[in-house]
Amino acid sequence: MSPPDSTSTLSAVSLARRFGSRSAVRHVSLELKQGEVAGLLGPNGAGKTTTMQMLTGNLAPHHGQIAVMGVDLLQAPKAAKAHIGYLPEIAPLYRELTVDEYLRFAARLHGVRAGALKAAVEAAKERCGLAEVGRRCLGVLSKGYQQRAGIAQAIVHNPPVVILDEPTVGLDPIQIREIRALIRSIGGAHSVLLSTHILPEVEATCDRVHIMHHGHLVYSDSIQGLRERRHEHRLLVEWRTPPEPSALTAIPGITEVATLGPGRFHVRFRPDADPTDALLRLSLAHGWGLQLIEPAHASLEEVFVKLTQSEATEEPDRPTTGASRP
Amino acid sequence: MMATIARKDLRSLFATPLGWIVLAVAAFITAFYFFLPWIDAYLAIEPRLGELANPPGITEAIVAPMCRSVGLLFVLIVPILSMRAVSEERRNHTLTLLVSAPVSMTEIVLGKFIALTAFLWLVCCLPVLMALSLYAGGRLDLGLFAANIGGLVLLGAALAAVGVAVSASTRNPIITAVVTLCLLLGSWIMGFAITDPSSILRYLSVGDHYEGFYRGLVDTADIAFYLLLTVAALGLAIRRLDRDRLQG
Repeated sequence: MSPPDSTSTLSAVSLARRFGSRSAVRHVSLELKQGEVAGLLGPNGAGKTTTMQMLTGNLAPHHGQIAVMGVDLLQAPKAAKAHIGYLPEIAPLYRELTVDEYLRFAARLHGVRAGALKAAVEAAKERCGLAEVGRRCLGVLSKGYQQRAGIAQAIVHNPPVVILDEPTVGLDPIQIREIRALIRSIGGAHSVLLSTHILPEVEATCDRVHIMHHGHLVYSDSIQGLRERRHEHRLLVEWRTPPEPSALTAIPGITEVATLGPGRFHVRFRPDADPTDALLRLSLAHGWGLQLIEPAHASLEEVFVKLTQSEATEEPDRPTTGASRP
Repeated sequence: MMATIARKDLRSLFATPLGWIVLAVAAFITAFYFFLPWIDAYLAIEPRLGELANPPGITEAIVAPMCRSVGLLFVLIVPILSMRAVSEERRNHTLTLLVSAPVSMTEIVLGKFIALTAFLWLVCCLPVLMALSLYAGGRLDLGLFAANIGGLVLLGAALAAVGVAVSASTRNPIITAVVTLCLLLGSWIMGFAITDPSSILRYLSVGDHYEGFYRGLVDTADIAFYLLLTVAALGLAIRRLDRDRLQG
Protein backbone atom coordinates (compact mmCIF):
# COMPACT_ATOMS: atom_id res chain seq x y z
CA MET A 1 0.00 0.00 0.00
CA SER A 2 1.21 3.45 -0.85
CA PRO A 3 1.28 5.90 2.02
CA PRO A 4 -2.12 7.59 2.36
CA ASP A 5 -2.16 10.97 0.75
CA SER A 6 -4.30 13.70 2.20
CA THR A 7 -5.72 14.87 -1.14
CA SER A 8 -9.42 14.33 -1.46
CA THR A 9 -10.64 12.33 -4.45
CA LEU A 10 -14.36 12.35 -3.77
CA SER A 11 -16.33 14.78 -1.70
CA ALA A 12 -20.05 14.98 -1.14
CA VAL A 13 -21.63 17.82 0.78
CA SER A 14 -25.02 17.67 2.43
CA LEU A 15 -26.64 15.13 0.11
CA ALA A 16 -30.36 14.62 0.45
CA ARG A 17 -32.78 12.47 -1.49
CA ARG A 18 -36.48 11.74 -1.04
CA PHE A 19 -38.66 9.08 -2.60
CA GLY A 20 -42.10 10.59 -2.58
CA SER A 21 -42.59 11.75 0.99
CA ARG A 22 -40.02 9.36 2.42
CA SER A 23 -36.55 10.73 3.07
CA ALA A 24 -34.01 8.10 2.07
CA VAL A 25 -30.89 10.18 2.67
CA ARG A 26 -30.61 13.34 4.74
CA HIS A 27 -27.63 15.71 4.85
CA VAL A 28 -24.95 13.16 4.26
CA SER A 29 -21.46 14.57 3.79
CA LEU A 30 -18.63 12.27 2.87
CA GLU A 31 -15.03 12.66 1.90
CA LEU A 32 -12.73 10.08 0.39
CA LYS A 33 -8.97 10.49 0.45
CA GLN A 34 -6.48 9.14 -2.03
CA GLY A 35 -5.44 5.54 -1.42
CA GLU A 36 -8.02 5.10 1.31
CA VAL A 37 -10.54 2.29 1.68
CA ALA A 38 -13.64 3.65 3.36
CA GLY A 39 -16.56 1.56 4.52
CA LEU A 40 -20.13 2.76 4.42
CA LEU A 41 -21.77 0.73 7.11
CA GLY A 42 -25.38 0.50 8.11
CA PRO A 43 -28.34 -1.80 8.50
CA ASN A 44 -30.42 -2.63 5.45
CA GLY A 45 -32.50 0.33 4.39
CA ALA A 46 -30.15 2.90 5.96
CA GLY A 47 -29.63 4.69 2.64
CA LYS A 48 -26.26 3.24 1.65
CA THR A 49 -27.29 2.24 -1.86
CA THR A 50 -29.16 5.50 -2.44
CA THR A 51 -26.05 7.44 -1.40
CA MET A 52 -23.88 5.41 -3.76
CA GLN A 53 -26.33 5.85 -6.61
CA MET A 54 -26.10 9.61 -6.10
CA LEU A 55 -22.30 9.53 -5.93
CA THR A 56 -22.15 7.68 -9.26
CA GLY A 57 -24.67 9.81 -11.12
CA ASN A 58 -27.39 7.15 -11.24
CA LEU A 59 -29.73 9.19 -9.10
CA ALA A 60 -30.11 12.95 -8.96
CA PRO A 61 -29.88 14.31 -5.39
CA HIS A 62 -32.56 16.75 -4.26
CA HIS A 63 -29.95 18.71 -2.38
CA GLY A 64 -26.20 18.84 -2.05
CA GLN A 65 -23.05 18.79 -4.12
CA ILE A 66 -20.73 16.05 -5.32
CA ALA A 67 -17.21 16.59 -6.62
CA VAL A 68 -15.01 13.84 -8.06
CA MET A 69 -11.36 14.82 -8.43
CA GLY A 70 -12.54 18.41 -8.17
CA VAL A 71 -15.08 18.03 -11.01
CA ASP A 72 -18.70 18.75 -10.12
CA LEU A 73 -20.77 15.64 -10.90
CA LEU A 74 -23.99 17.56 -11.46
CA GLN A 75 -22.49 20.32 -13.62
CA ALA A 76 -20.11 18.19 -15.68
CA PRO A 77 -21.39 14.62 -15.36
CA LYS A 78 -19.35 13.14 -18.21
CA ALA A 79 -16.02 14.51 -16.99
CA ALA A 80 -16.76 13.50 -13.39
CA LYS A 81 -18.01 10.00 -14.21
CA ALA A 82 -14.80 9.27 -16.11
CA HIS A 83 -13.04 9.26 -12.71
CA ILE A 84 -15.40 6.72 -11.14
CA GLY A 85 -15.63 2.95 -11.29
CA TYR A 86 -18.88 1.57 -9.89
CA LEU A 87 -20.03 -1.91 -9.00
CA PRO A 88 -23.73 -1.74 -8.12
CA GLU A 89 -25.43 -4.08 -5.68
CA ILE A 90 -26.37 -6.38 -8.57
CA ALA A 91 -23.38 -6.67 -10.89
CA PRO A 92 -24.27 -5.26 -14.34
CA LEU A 93 -23.26 -8.29 -16.38
CA TYR A 94 -24.25 -9.10 -19.94
CA ARG A 95 -24.64 -12.83 -19.56
CA GLU A 96 -24.25 -13.57 -23.27
CA LEU A 97 -20.84 -11.86 -23.56
CA THR A 98 -17.50 -13.42 -22.71
CA VAL A 99 -15.36 -11.90 -19.96
CA ASP A 100 -13.00 -10.45 -22.57
CA GLU A 101 -15.78 -8.95 -24.66
CA TYR A 102 -17.43 -7.53 -21.57
CA LEU A 103 -14.28 -5.90 -20.22
CA ARG A 104 -13.39 -4.52 -23.65
CA PHE A 105 -16.85 -2.98 -23.84
CA ALA A 106 -16.60 -1.54 -20.33
CA ALA A 107 -13.16 -0.07 -21.09
CA ARG A 108 -14.32 1.51 -24.37
CA LEU A 109 -17.41 2.85 -22.67
CA HIS A 110 -15.20 4.55 -20.08
CA GLY A 111 -13.08 6.17 -22.75
CA VAL A 112 -10.04 3.89 -22.79
CA ARG A 113 -8.39 4.53 -26.17
CA ALA A 114 -8.10 1.70 -28.69
CA GLY A 115 -4.33 1.51 -28.33
CA ALA A 116 -4.48 1.02 -24.57
CA LEU A 117 -7.50 -1.28 -24.62
CA LYS A 118 -5.76 -4.64 -24.65
CA ALA A 119 -3.35 -3.72 -21.87
CA ALA A 120 -6.17 -2.31 -19.72
CA VAL A 121 -8.29 -5.46 -20.10
CA GLU A 122 -5.33 -7.73 -19.39
CA ALA A 123 -4.35 -5.73 -16.30
CA ALA A 124 -7.89 -5.81 -14.91
CA LYS A 125 -8.18 -9.55 -15.52
CA GLU A 126 -4.82 -10.14 -13.89
CA ARG A 127 -5.72 -8.15 -10.77
CA CYS A 128 -9.10 -9.81 -10.38
CA GLY A 129 -7.91 -13.35 -11.06
CA LEU A 130 -9.89 -13.72 -14.27
CA ALA A 131 -6.98 -14.67 -16.53
CA GLU A 132 -8.18 -18.24 -17.14
CA VAL A 133 -11.83 -17.48 -17.80
CA GLY A 134 -11.40 -14.69 -20.38
CA ARG A 135 -13.12 -16.63 -23.15
CA ARG A 136 -16.03 -17.95 -21.13
CA CYS A 137 -19.49 -16.43 -21.10
CA LEU A 138 -20.39 -14.42 -18.02
CA GLY A 139 -23.67 -16.30 -17.68
CA VAL A 140 -21.99 -19.65 -17.02
CA LEU A 141 -19.43 -18.39 -14.47
CA SER A 142 -19.82 -19.05 -10.75
CA LYS A 143 -21.08 -16.28 -8.51
CA GLY A 144 -17.56 -15.58 -7.25
CA TYR A 145 -16.16 -15.13 -10.74
CA GLN A 146 -19.15 -13.02 -11.75
CA GLN A 147 -18.47 -10.74 -8.81
CA ARG A 148 -14.80 -10.49 -9.82
CA ALA A 149 -15.88 -9.60 -13.34
CA GLY A 150 -18.05 -6.89 -11.80
CA ILE A 151 -15.07 -5.52 -9.88
CA ALA A 152 -12.82 -5.82 -12.96
CA GLN A 153 -15.36 -3.74 -14.87
CA ALA A 154 -15.11 -1.06 -12.17
CA ILE A 155 -11.31 -0.79 -12.31
CA VAL A 156 -10.59 -1.48 -15.99
CA HIS A 157 -10.27 2.23 -16.86
CA ASN A 158 -8.05 2.78 -13.81
CA PRO A 159 -10.31 5.32 -12.10
CA PRO A 160 -9.11 7.22 -9.02
CA VAL A 161 -12.38 6.46 -7.22
CA VAL A 162 -13.89 2.97 -7.00
CA ILE A 163 -17.34 2.55 -5.47
CA LEU A 164 -18.46 -0.96 -4.56
CA ASP A 165 -21.98 -1.64 -3.30
CA GLU A 166 -22.01 -4.72 -1.05
CA PRO A 167 -19.25 -6.49 -2.99
CA THR A 168 -19.25 -9.68 -0.90
CA VAL A 169 -22.95 -10.41 -0.62
CA GLY A 170 -23.86 -13.94 -1.63
CA LEU A 171 -20.31 -15.29 -1.69
CA ASP A 172 -18.92 -18.21 0.30
CA PRO A 173 -16.33 -17.55 3.07
CA ILE A 174 -13.32 -18.34 0.89
CA GLN A 175 -14.57 -16.10 -1.90
CA ILE A 176 -15.26 -13.37 0.66
CA ARG A 177 -11.63 -13.54 1.81
CA GLU A 178 -10.39 -13.34 -1.77
CA ILE A 179 -12.62 -10.40 -2.62
CA ARG A 180 -11.56 -8.59 0.57
CA ALA A 181 -7.89 -9.10 -0.31
CA LEU A 182 -8.65 -7.82 -3.80
CA ILE A 183 -10.34 -4.72 -2.40
CA ARG A 184 -7.37 -4.04 -0.12
CA SER A 185 -5.01 -4.32 -3.09
CA ILE A 186 -7.19 -1.94 -5.12
CA GLY A 187 -7.08 0.49 -2.21
CA GLY A 188 -3.37 1.09 -2.73
CA ALA A 189 -3.78 2.89 -6.03
CA HIS A 190 -7.41 3.97 -5.93
CA SER A 191 -9.74 5.38 -3.32
CA VAL A 192 -12.37 2.80 -2.52
CA LEU A 193 -15.77 3.33 -0.97
CA LEU A 194 -17.55 0.10 -0.17
CA SER A 195 -20.86 -0.48 1.49
CA THR A 196 -21.72 -3.36 3.75
CA HIS A 197 -23.89 -4.29 6.65
CA ILE A 198 -21.27 -6.68 8.00
CA LEU A 199 -19.13 -5.15 10.75
CA PRO A 200 -16.10 -7.47 10.61
CA GLU A 201 -15.87 -6.71 6.91
CA VAL A 202 -15.25 -3.05 7.65
CA GLU A 203 -12.65 -3.96 10.25
CA ALA A 204 -10.93 -6.34 7.86
CA THR A 205 -10.79 -4.11 4.80
CA CYS A 206 -11.28 -0.44 5.63
CA ASP A 207 -9.15 2.45 6.87
CA ARG A 208 -12.14 4.62 7.69
CA VAL A 209 -15.71 3.91 8.56
CA HIS A 210 -18.88 5.89 7.98
CA ILE A 211 -21.97 4.55 9.72
CA MET A 212 -25.39 5.36 8.31
CA HIS A 213 -28.72 4.96 9.99
CA HIS A 214 -32.14 6.07 8.77
CA GLY A 215 -30.57 8.20 6.07
CA HIS A 216 -28.21 10.03 8.42
CA LEU A 217 -24.48 9.70 8.77
CA VAL A 218 -24.21 8.97 12.49
CA TYR A 219 -20.50 8.22 12.81
CA SER A 220 -17.38 8.94 10.78
CA ASP A 221 -13.95 8.02 12.03
CA SER A 222 -10.88 5.95 11.32
CA ILE A 223 -10.94 2.24 12.13
CA GLN A 224 -8.51 3.06 14.94
CA GLY A 225 -11.05 5.48 16.38
CA LEU A 226 -13.73 2.82 16.20
CA ARG A 227 -11.48 0.37 18.04
CA GLU A 228 -10.78 2.92 20.77
CA ARG A 229 -14.45 3.54 21.13
CA ARG A 230 -14.81 -0.14 21.93
CA HIS A 231 -12.38 0.13 24.81
CA GLU A 232 -14.40 0.17 27.99
CA HIS A 233 -11.98 0.24 30.96
CA ARG A 234 -13.16 -3.14 32.12
CA LEU A 235 -11.32 -6.36 32.90
CA LEU A 236 -12.62 -9.88 32.69
CA VAL A 237 -11.05 -11.91 35.53
CA GLU A 238 -11.46 -15.54 36.61
CA TRP A 239 -10.11 -17.24 39.77
CA ARG A 240 -10.29 -20.85 41.06
CA THR A 241 -10.79 -19.69 44.66
CA PRO A 242 -12.18 -16.21 44.25
CA PRO A 243 -11.91 -13.49 46.85
CA GLU A 244 -14.86 -11.61 48.27
CA PRO A 245 -15.98 -8.80 45.89
CA SER A 246 -15.42 -6.40 48.77
CA ALA A 247 -11.71 -7.30 48.74
CA LEU A 248 -11.58 -6.28 45.09
CA THR A 249 -13.38 -2.96 45.46
CA ALA A 250 -10.77 -2.06 48.07
CA ILE A 251 -8.06 -2.01 45.38
CA PRO A 252 -7.35 1.57 44.29
CA GLY A 253 -8.84 2.45 40.90
CA ILE A 254 -11.53 -0.21 40.85
CA THR A 255 -14.96 1.36 40.79
CA GLU A 256 -17.27 -1.56 40.32
CA VAL A 257 -17.21 -5.36 40.46
CA ALA A 258 -19.85 -7.46 38.78
CA THR A 259 -20.10 -11.21 39.37
CA LEU A 260 -20.69 -13.08 36.13
CA GLY A 261 -20.58 -16.63 37.48
CA PRO A 262 -18.65 -18.74 39.98
CA GLY A 263 -15.21 -17.13 40.15
CA ARG A 264 -15.85 -14.91 37.12
CA PHE A 265 -15.95 -11.12 37.46
CA HIS A 266 -16.15 -7.98 35.39
CA VAL A 267 -13.99 -5.37 37.05
CA ARG A 268 -14.58 -1.75 36.02
CA PHE A 269 -11.86 0.79 36.76
CA ARG A 270 -11.03 4.47 36.41
CA PRO A 271 -9.36 5.27 33.03
CA ASP A 272 -6.27 6.65 34.77
CA ALA A 273 -5.67 3.70 37.12
CA ASP A 274 -5.33 0.29 35.49
CA PRO A 275 -5.46 -2.27 38.37
CA THR A 276 -4.04 -5.23 36.39
CA ASP A 277 -0.67 -5.27 38.22
CA ALA A 278 -2.30 -4.98 41.62
CA LEU A 279 -4.69 -7.84 40.82
CA LEU A 280 -1.80 -10.09 39.74
CA ARG A 281 0.20 -9.33 42.91
CA LEU A 282 -2.77 -9.95 45.19
CA SER A 283 -3.71 -13.20 43.44
CA LEU A 284 -0.22 -14.56 43.96
CA ALA A 285 0.01 -13.35 47.55
CA HIS A 286 -3.37 -14.80 48.57
CA GLY A 287 -3.32 -17.88 46.35
CA TRP A 288 -6.63 -17.09 44.59
CA GLY A 289 -5.53 -19.18 41.61
CA LEU A 290 -5.76 -16.74 38.70
CA GLN A 291 -7.01 -18.42 35.53
CA LEU A 292 -7.86 -15.55 33.23
CA ILE A 293 -7.36 -11.81 33.05
CA GLU A 294 -8.10 -9.82 29.91
CA PRO A 295 -9.34 -6.36 28.92
CA ALA A 296 -13.00 -6.52 28.01
CA HIS A 297 -14.10 -4.86 24.75
CA ALA A 298 -17.52 -3.92 23.72
CA SER A 299 -18.16 -6.00 20.64
CA LEU A 300 -18.48 -4.10 17.39
CA GLU A 301 -22.12 -5.06 17.43
CA GLU A 302 -22.57 -3.33 20.76
CA VAL A 303 -20.89 -0.17 19.46
CA PHE A 304 -23.02 -0.32 16.36
CA VAL A 305 -26.23 -0.80 18.28
CA LYS A 306 -25.27 2.01 20.65
CA LEU A 307 -24.58 4.40 17.78
CA THR A 308 -27.69 3.58 15.84
CA GLN A 309 -29.95 3.52 18.88
CA SER A 310 -28.75 6.85 20.23
CA GLU A 311 -29.56 8.33 16.84
CA ALA A 312 -32.98 6.75 16.88
CA THR A 313 -33.86 8.25 20.24
CA GLU A 314 -32.62 11.70 19.21
CA GLU A 315 -34.92 11.54 16.23
CA PRO A 316 -38.31 10.54 17.54
CA ASP A 317 -40.17 11.85 14.49
CA ARG A 318 -38.34 9.65 12.03
CA PRO A 319 -40.55 8.43 9.22
CA THR A 320 -41.83 4.90 9.25
CA THR A 321 -39.60 2.61 7.26
CA GLY A 322 -40.94 0.22 4.70
CA ALA A 323 -42.93 2.85 2.87
CA SER A 324 -43.07 1.86 -0.75
CA ARG A 325 -41.26 3.82 -3.38
CA PRO A 326 -43.41 5.68 -5.86
CA MET B 1 -19.52 6.07 -27.63
CA MET B 2 -22.72 5.62 -29.63
CA ALA B 3 -20.85 3.26 -31.92
CA THR B 4 -19.50 1.34 -28.91
CA ILE B 5 -23.00 0.83 -27.52
CA ALA B 6 -24.47 -0.03 -30.92
CA ARG B 7 -21.70 -2.52 -31.59
CA LYS B 8 -22.23 -4.18 -28.21
CA ASP B 9 -25.98 -4.45 -28.85
CA LEU B 10 -25.47 -6.07 -32.23
CA ARG B 11 -22.87 -8.41 -30.80
CA SER B 12 -25.26 -9.40 -28.00
CA LEU B 13 -28.04 -9.91 -30.52
CA PHE B 14 -25.95 -12.28 -32.62
CA ALA B 15 -24.40 -14.00 -29.59
CA THR B 16 -27.88 -15.35 -28.83
CA PRO B 17 -30.06 -17.26 -31.28
CA LEU B 18 -32.60 -14.42 -31.40
CA GLY B 19 -30.82 -12.35 -34.05
CA TRP B 20 -30.25 -15.34 -36.30
CA ILE B 21 -33.79 -16.67 -35.89
CA VAL B 22 -35.38 -13.32 -36.73
CA LEU B 23 -33.10 -12.99 -39.76
CA ALA B 24 -33.85 -16.54 -40.93
CA VAL B 25 -37.61 -16.19 -40.49
CA ALA B 26 -37.52 -12.83 -42.28
CA ALA B 27 -35.62 -14.40 -45.19
CA PHE B 28 -38.07 -17.32 -45.35
CA ILE B 29 -41.18 -15.13 -45.27
CA THR B 30 -39.79 -12.63 -47.76
CA ALA B 31 -38.83 -15.34 -50.22
CA PHE B 32 -41.83 -17.66 -49.97
CA TYR B 33 -44.66 -15.23 -49.30
CA PHE B 34 -43.57 -11.86 -50.66
CA PHE B 35 -41.40 -12.76 -53.65
CA LEU B 36 -42.04 -16.14 -55.28
CA PRO B 37 -45.87 -15.89 -55.31
CA TRP B 38 -45.64 -12.54 -57.12
CA ILE B 39 -43.31 -14.07 -59.72
CA ASP B 40 -45.76 -16.93 -60.27
CA ALA B 41 -48.64 -14.49 -60.60
CA TYR B 42 -46.66 -12.35 -63.02
CA LEU B 43 -45.68 -15.32 -65.16
CA ALA B 44 -49.31 -16.48 -65.23
CA ILE B 45 -50.54 -13.19 -66.70
CA GLU B 46 -47.46 -12.38 -68.77
CA PRO B 47 -48.78 -13.82 -72.07
CA ARG B 48 -51.78 -11.51 -71.94
CA LEU B 49 -49.78 -8.41 -70.94
CA GLY B 50 -48.90 -7.69 -74.54
CA GLU B 51 -52.55 -6.81 -75.17
CA LEU B 52 -52.28 -3.85 -72.76
CA ALA B 53 -51.20 -0.46 -74.02
CA ASN B 54 -48.91 0.21 -71.00
CA PRO B 55 -48.14 -3.12 -69.34
CA PRO B 56 -46.61 -3.18 -65.79
CA GLY B 57 -42.91 -4.11 -65.62
CA ILE B 58 -41.43 -6.62 -63.20
CA THR B 59 -40.34 -3.87 -60.80
CA GLU B 60 -43.87 -2.57 -60.54
CA ALA B 61 -45.46 -6.01 -60.40
CA ILE B 62 -42.98 -7.87 -58.18
CA VAL B 63 -40.36 -5.68 -56.47
CA ALA B 64 -42.59 -2.86 -55.22
CA PRO B 65 -45.20 -5.17 -53.59
CA MET B 66 -42.37 -7.18 -52.03
CA CYS B 67 -40.80 -4.07 -50.52
CA ARG B 68 -44.13 -2.89 -49.15
CA SER B 69 -44.62 -6.28 -47.51
CA VAL B 70 -41.15 -6.10 -45.98
CA GLY B 71 -42.29 -2.82 -44.42
CA LEU B 72 -45.04 -4.79 -42.69
CA LEU B 73 -42.43 -7.33 -41.65
CA PHE B 74 -40.56 -4.47 -39.92
CA VAL B 75 -43.71 -3.78 -37.92
CA LEU B 76 -43.49 -7.33 -36.58
CA ILE B 77 -39.71 -7.41 -36.05
CA VAL B 78 -39.35 -4.10 -34.19
CA PRO B 79 -41.46 -5.17 -31.16
CA ILE B 80 -39.33 -8.30 -30.71
CA LEU B 81 -36.04 -6.41 -30.84
CA SER B 82 -37.20 -3.35 -28.91
CA MET B 83 -37.67 -5.59 -25.86
CA ARG B 84 -33.92 -5.87 -25.65
CA ALA B 85 -33.09 -2.25 -26.30
CA VAL B 86 -33.64 -0.64 -22.90
CA SER B 87 -36.28 -2.62 -20.96
CA GLU B 88 -34.22 -5.75 -20.72
CA GLU B 89 -31.09 -3.83 -19.75
CA ARG B 90 -33.09 -2.12 -17.05
CA ARG B 91 -34.52 -5.38 -15.78
CA ASN B 92 -31.14 -7.11 -15.80
CA HIS B 93 -29.60 -4.12 -14.00
CA THR B 94 -27.05 -3.67 -16.78
CA LEU B 95 -28.36 -0.20 -17.63
CA THR B 96 -26.47 0.99 -14.54
CA LEU B 97 -23.20 0.26 -16.35
CA LEU B 98 -24.17 2.59 -19.18
CA VAL B 99 -25.56 5.32 -16.93
CA SER B 100 -22.50 5.25 -14.62
CA ALA B 101 -20.11 5.51 -17.57
CA PRO B 102 -19.07 8.90 -18.92
CA VAL B 103 -21.79 8.73 -21.55
CA SER B 104 -24.81 11.02 -21.93
CA MET B 105 -28.39 9.74 -22.06
CA THR B 106 -28.51 10.97 -25.66
CA GLU B 107 -25.55 8.80 -26.59
CA ILE B 108 -27.13 5.76 -24.92
CA VAL B 109 -30.41 6.24 -26.79
CA LEU B 110 -28.68 6.90 -30.11
CA GLY B 111 -26.50 3.81 -29.63
CA LYS B 112 -29.61 1.68 -29.07
CA PHE B 113 -31.33 3.30 -32.05
CA ILE B 114 -28.35 2.73 -34.36
CA ALA B 115 -28.18 -0.96 -33.41
CA LEU B 116 -31.89 -1.56 -34.04
CA THR B 117 -31.87 0.43 -37.28
CA ALA B 118 -28.76 -1.37 -38.50
CA PHE B 119 -30.50 -4.70 -37.95
CA LEU B 120 -33.57 -3.54 -39.94
CA TRP B 121 -31.33 -2.31 -42.73
CA LEU B 122 -29.70 -5.71 -42.73
CA VAL B 123 -33.17 -7.19 -43.26
CA CYS B 124 -33.52 -4.68 -46.13
CA CYS B 125 -30.72 -6.49 -47.92
CA LEU B 126 -33.08 -9.46 -48.45
CA PRO B 127 -35.47 -7.72 -50.90
CA VAL B 128 -32.51 -5.98 -52.54
CA LEU B 129 -30.79 -9.29 -53.26
CA MET B 130 -34.02 -10.96 -54.38
CA ALA B 131 -34.83 -8.05 -56.68
CA LEU B 132 -31.34 -8.16 -58.18
CA SER B 133 -31.85 -11.87 -58.90
CA LEU B 134 -34.57 -10.82 -61.36
CA TYR B 135 -31.81 -9.59 -63.67
CA ALA B 136 -31.58 -13.27 -64.64
CA GLY B 137 -34.73 -12.82 -66.70
CA GLY B 138 -35.34 -9.12 -67.23
CA ARG B 139 -34.45 -5.58 -66.36
CA LEU B 140 -35.41 -3.51 -63.30
CA ASP B 141 -36.80 -0.02 -63.25
CA LEU B 142 -33.97 1.34 -61.09
CA GLY B 143 -35.79 4.56 -60.18
CA LEU B 144 -38.79 2.73 -58.77
CA PHE B 145 -36.53 0.18 -57.10
CA ALA B 146 -34.45 2.91 -55.43
CA ALA B 147 -37.59 4.74 -54.24
CA ASN B 148 -38.88 1.57 -52.59
CA ILE B 149 -35.58 0.78 -50.88
CA GLY B 150 -35.21 4.42 -49.80
CA GLY B 151 -38.70 4.27 -48.35
CA LEU B 152 -37.82 1.08 -46.45
CA VAL B 153 -34.66 2.69 -45.05
CA LEU B 154 -36.61 5.68 -43.74
CA LEU B 155 -39.48 3.53 -42.48
CA GLY B 156 -37.02 1.25 -40.67
CA ALA B 157 -35.39 4.18 -38.88
CA ALA B 158 -38.75 5.63 -37.80
CA LEU B 159 -40.07 2.29 -36.51
CA ALA B 160 -36.80 1.60 -34.67
CA ALA B 161 -37.01 5.00 -32.97
CA VAL B 162 -40.57 4.28 -31.80
CA GLY B 163 -39.42 0.89 -30.50
CA VAL B 164 -36.56 2.46 -28.52
CA ALA B 165 -38.91 5.10 -27.09
CA VAL B 166 -41.37 2.47 -25.82
CA SER B 167 -38.49 0.39 -24.51
CA ALA B 168 -37.11 3.36 -22.58
CA SER B 169 -40.50 3.88 -20.93
CA THR B 170 -40.87 0.55 -19.12
CA ARG B 171 -38.81 -2.06 -17.35
CA ASN B 172 -40.90 -5.01 -18.50
CA PRO B 173 -39.77 -6.40 -21.89
CA ILE B 174 -43.13 -8.08 -22.56
CA ILE B 175 -44.99 -4.80 -22.08
CA THR B 176 -42.51 -3.16 -24.42
CA ALA B 177 -43.21 -5.75 -27.11
CA VAL B 178 -46.98 -5.57 -26.75
CA VAL B 179 -47.17 -1.77 -26.66
CA THR B 180 -44.79 -1.41 -29.61
CA LEU B 181 -46.75 -3.94 -31.63
CA CYS B 182 -50.07 -2.23 -30.85
CA LEU B 183 -48.69 1.19 -31.77
CA LEU B 184 -47.00 0.14 -35.00
CA LEU B 185 -49.60 -2.33 -36.26
CA GLY B 186 -52.42 0.01 -35.28
CA SER B 187 -50.74 2.84 -37.10
CA TRP B 188 -50.10 0.66 -40.14
CA ILE B 189 -53.70 -0.56 -40.34
CA MET B 190 -54.99 2.99 -39.95
CA GLY B 191 -53.51 3.70 -43.39
CA PHE B 192 -56.00 1.54 -45.26
CA ALA B 193 -58.76 1.10 -42.68
CA ILE B 194 -59.61 4.80 -42.83
CA THR B 195 -60.92 5.53 -46.28
CA ASP B 196 -61.28 9.30 -45.93
CA PRO B 197 -58.02 10.58 -47.47
CA SER B 198 -58.16 13.90 -45.62
CA SER B 199 -58.41 12.30 -42.16
CA ILE B 200 -55.66 13.32 -39.73
CA LEU B 201 -55.49 9.75 -38.39
CA ARG B 202 -54.76 8.45 -41.84
CA TYR B 203 -52.07 11.07 -42.19
CA LEU B 204 -50.41 9.79 -39.01
CA SER B 205 -50.22 6.22 -40.34
CA VAL B 206 -46.63 5.02 -40.82
CA GLY B 207 -47.80 2.73 -43.62
CA ASP B 208 -49.70 5.39 -45.56
CA HIS B 209 -46.55 7.46 -46.05
CA TYR B 210 -44.93 4.49 -47.73
CA GLU B 211 -47.49 4.54 -50.57
CA GLY B 212 -45.61 7.32 -52.38
CA PHE B 213 -42.36 5.37 -52.35
CA TYR B 214 -44.33 2.30 -53.49
CA ARG B 215 -45.46 4.12 -56.61
CA GLY B 216 -42.02 5.61 -57.18
CA LEU B 217 -43.12 9.03 -56.00
CA VAL B 218 -40.51 10.48 -53.63
CA ASP B 219 -42.35 13.24 -51.77
CA THR B 220 -40.47 15.50 -49.33
CA ALA B 221 -43.57 15.46 -47.12
CA ASP B 222 -43.22 11.69 -46.67
CA ILE B 223 -39.47 11.97 -46.04
CA ALA B 224 -40.10 14.74 -43.52
CA PHE B 225 -42.78 12.67 -41.79
CA TYR B 226 -40.43 9.74 -41.23
CA LEU B 227 -37.55 11.96 -40.12
CA LEU B 228 -39.75 13.95 -37.73
CA LEU B 229 -41.20 10.77 -36.27
CA THR B 230 -37.65 9.45 -35.74
CA VAL B 231 -36.44 12.63 -34.04
CA ALA B 232 -39.55 12.99 -31.87
CA ALA B 233 -39.43 9.35 -30.71
CA LEU B 234 -35.73 9.59 -29.89
CA GLY B 235 -36.32 12.82 -27.96
CA LEU B 236 -39.01 11.07 -25.94
CA ALA B 237 -36.70 8.11 -25.31
CA ILE B 238 -33.95 10.40 -23.95
CA ARG B 239 -36.41 12.10 -21.61
CA ARG B 240 -37.77 8.78 -20.41
CA LEU B 241 -34.31 7.46 -19.69
CA ASP B 242 -33.35 10.60 -17.78
CA ARG B 243 -36.48 10.22 -15.69
CA ASP B 244 -34.90 7.13 -14.04
CA ARG B 245 -32.18 9.37 -12.65
CA LEU B 246 -34.56 12.09 -11.52
CA GLN B 247 -37.36 9.99 -10.04
CA GLY B 248 -35.52 6.80 -9.06
